[in-house]
Amino acid sequence: MGEKRKIKVLVCKPGLDGHDRGAKVIARALRDAGMEVIYTGLHQTPDMIVQTILQEDPDAVMLSMLSGAHKALCPVIMEKLNENDIDDVLVSVGGIIPDEDKPFLEKHGLKGFYGPGTELKTIVEFVKNNLKR
Amino acid sequence: MTEIDESKTLKPTKTERRKKFTNLSNIEIKPLYTPEDIEDFNYDLDLGTPGKYPFTRGAYPSMYRGRLWTMRQFAGFGTAAQTNTRYKFLLEHGTTGLSVAFSLHTIYGYEADDDEALGEVGKEGVSIDTLKDMERLFSGIDLSKISTSMTINAPASILLAMYIVTAEKQGHTADKLRGTIQNDILKEYIAQKSWVFPPEPSMRLIIDTIEYCAKSVPQWYTISISGYHIREAGSTAVQELAFTLADGFAYVEAAMKRGLDVDDFAPRLSFFFNSHNNFFEEVCKYRAARRIWAKRLKNKYGAKKIESMRLRFHTQTAGVSLSAQEPENNIARVTIQGLAAVLGGTQSLHTNSFDEALCLPTEKAVKIALRTQQIIAHESGVADTVDPLAGSYYVEWLTNKMEEESEVYFEKIEALGGVIPAIKANFFQKEIATASYKYQREVEARVRTIVGVNDDQLREPCATPLLKIDEDVAREQIENLQRLRDQRSNEKVQAKLDALKEAAKGTENLMPYIIDAIREYASIGEVMATLKDVFGVYVEDSIF
Repeated sequence: MGEKRKIKVLVCKPGLDGHDRGAKVIARALRDAGMEVIYTGLHQTPDMIVQTILQEDPDAVMLSMLSGAHKALCPVIMEKLNENDIDDVLVSVGGIIPDEDKPFLEKHGLKGFYGPGTELKTIVEFVKNNLKR
Repeated sequence: MTEIDESKTLKPTKTERRKKFTNLSNIEIKPLYTPEDIEDFNYDLDLGTPGKYPFTRGAYPSMYRGRLWTMRQFAGFGTAAQTNTRYKFLLEHGTTGLSVAFSLHTIYGYEADDDEALGEVGKEGVSIDTLKDMERLFSGIDLSKISTSMTINAPASILLAMYIVTAEKQGHTADKLRGTIQNDILKEYIAQKSWVFPPEPSMRLIIDTIEYCAKSVPQWYTISISGYHIREAGSTAVQELAFTLADGFAYVEAAMKRGLDVDDFAPRLSFFFNSHNNFFEEVCKYRAARRIWAKRLKNKYGAKKIESMRLRFHTQTAGVSLSAQEPENNIARVTIQGLAAVLGGTQSLHTNSFDEALCLPTEKAVKIALRTQQIIAHESGVADTVDPLAGSYYVEWLTNKMEEESEVYFEKIEALGGVIPAIKANFFQKEIATASYKYQREVEARVRTIVGVNDDQLREPCATPLLKIDEDVAREQIENLQRLRDQRSNEKVQAKLDALKEAAKGTENLMPYIIDAIREYASIGEVMATLKDVFGVYVEDSIF
């Protein structure tokens, strides 16, 4: 990416989970770190998320999930991205993700897995260091 | 007070641990409190006798000497049969009231096989689609003997209808039923976000339940006006107090507008607060809440009955305060938070399980949480006298301060045109988002220490056993639902839904129509879809 362009991040809340405190705090932290941040709002289906990615062309997508639906929804989102030949976007998921689910999610191309107690600067660094373009 | 000499009013010194001490509402705390801090204090006007106006010292005269608070552990996961087993476990171990956690698809009123329910069935609570599930949930539990709290909002009237019909099938009339539906939609727009309909029709449904219960389910608490979720979403304690009471005022005003007498419904309103880490701040929050509510009901809404002015509340310890790091530390946090709730005079209490930053609680963790309440009740001695912290210079000063700061918020909300216009202007949402970001920044700057998280101590790797909800739950729930669709009379269901739809277009009370549809085993998804056709759905601005 060009040096002048801001990193563009899409913060998403997939599924019915309404716990948006973490997503909003992270959105602000990324914005304060100089990134361009779009927040989808709540109750996003995989289709809605992929449509937003196609329209906005973000460098990174951060899924925030605390309801336990990550194993069902994340693979669907990744599949739909594949179908649309999107392979240069960093896709991460955080929230409440048990350790034992991480290998499964990694296999589907997801990264991150940050949970409660993570410092915001850790997440900012993670985004900066894991971009695919 | 003129006799206070200089030596009594301590000034902060340079040797203190911090430059400034503040509580979680950012109120600055002085090194020492003296009679000067409560100069105008008037025992009768500010506190009064417990159980009497303005209720600052407690909702009832003898408080826990008469009866301990209800130990009510919020529980629900998987299928109705699985949760029924957990309820029986809790009852065997001394829980004294049930509290139902519903699956997200139930909370939003989708059937388990709806696309929107993918991955959610039974994960965060028990999956309920129809009356059949409700019958299974309370199988072997006598609904005339237990009080049940149901954490349900947008479809609250539907779940209440299911409860009434389940009891009916057990042979109990609705006037025997005791319990609560949360039914507090305003805080959904503000914080928890499980809304469905726009605010105006949502308010109609709520007033319908208030009106219906006043006549037919007189022992039922019709709304649990909730600060819990506002706090969890990141508000301060003062914001929790002010926004929750403002919601309460909005419900009172809406019911009065319907033509109901305040004394006919206000005694059946109850509250639900959070208990976070700052001990005295929490105690004072509950004391201030009772006083503000009593004053407002009496002076502004003209309540005559003492029961209308008496604020009763449930407390849950702060889920958001639990750490995923060194999770056993949460047992100590929950103990302090539970103690604050009891010293603040709660009527019922849920203590969180130590593993809840990681998963839904395991049986072992739930048992420790319940035992924590029992230790507070039976071993600590704090329940042996009413409001033992009263008269403390600090406690009375802070109670006053929280009331004053709430009044400032009430004025702001009024200036915006009331609660619903303030929601539409994103007032609460912005206040909460800003407070939660500020708190997180303070934690990261080490202004606030969270033990085991940001105190740079050696970390033990955590090996906590987790409760897993397997995907068979969704399969089983969907099979049950599909079987039921084949067994019931779909014609009768449709007729009842059509009648509900017509009624929804008018102004009639919808509760009888909903009960009729539920009796025919209409699903929650079908009833909600019928109402959505008439009411539409709410869309929120995505601000952060």
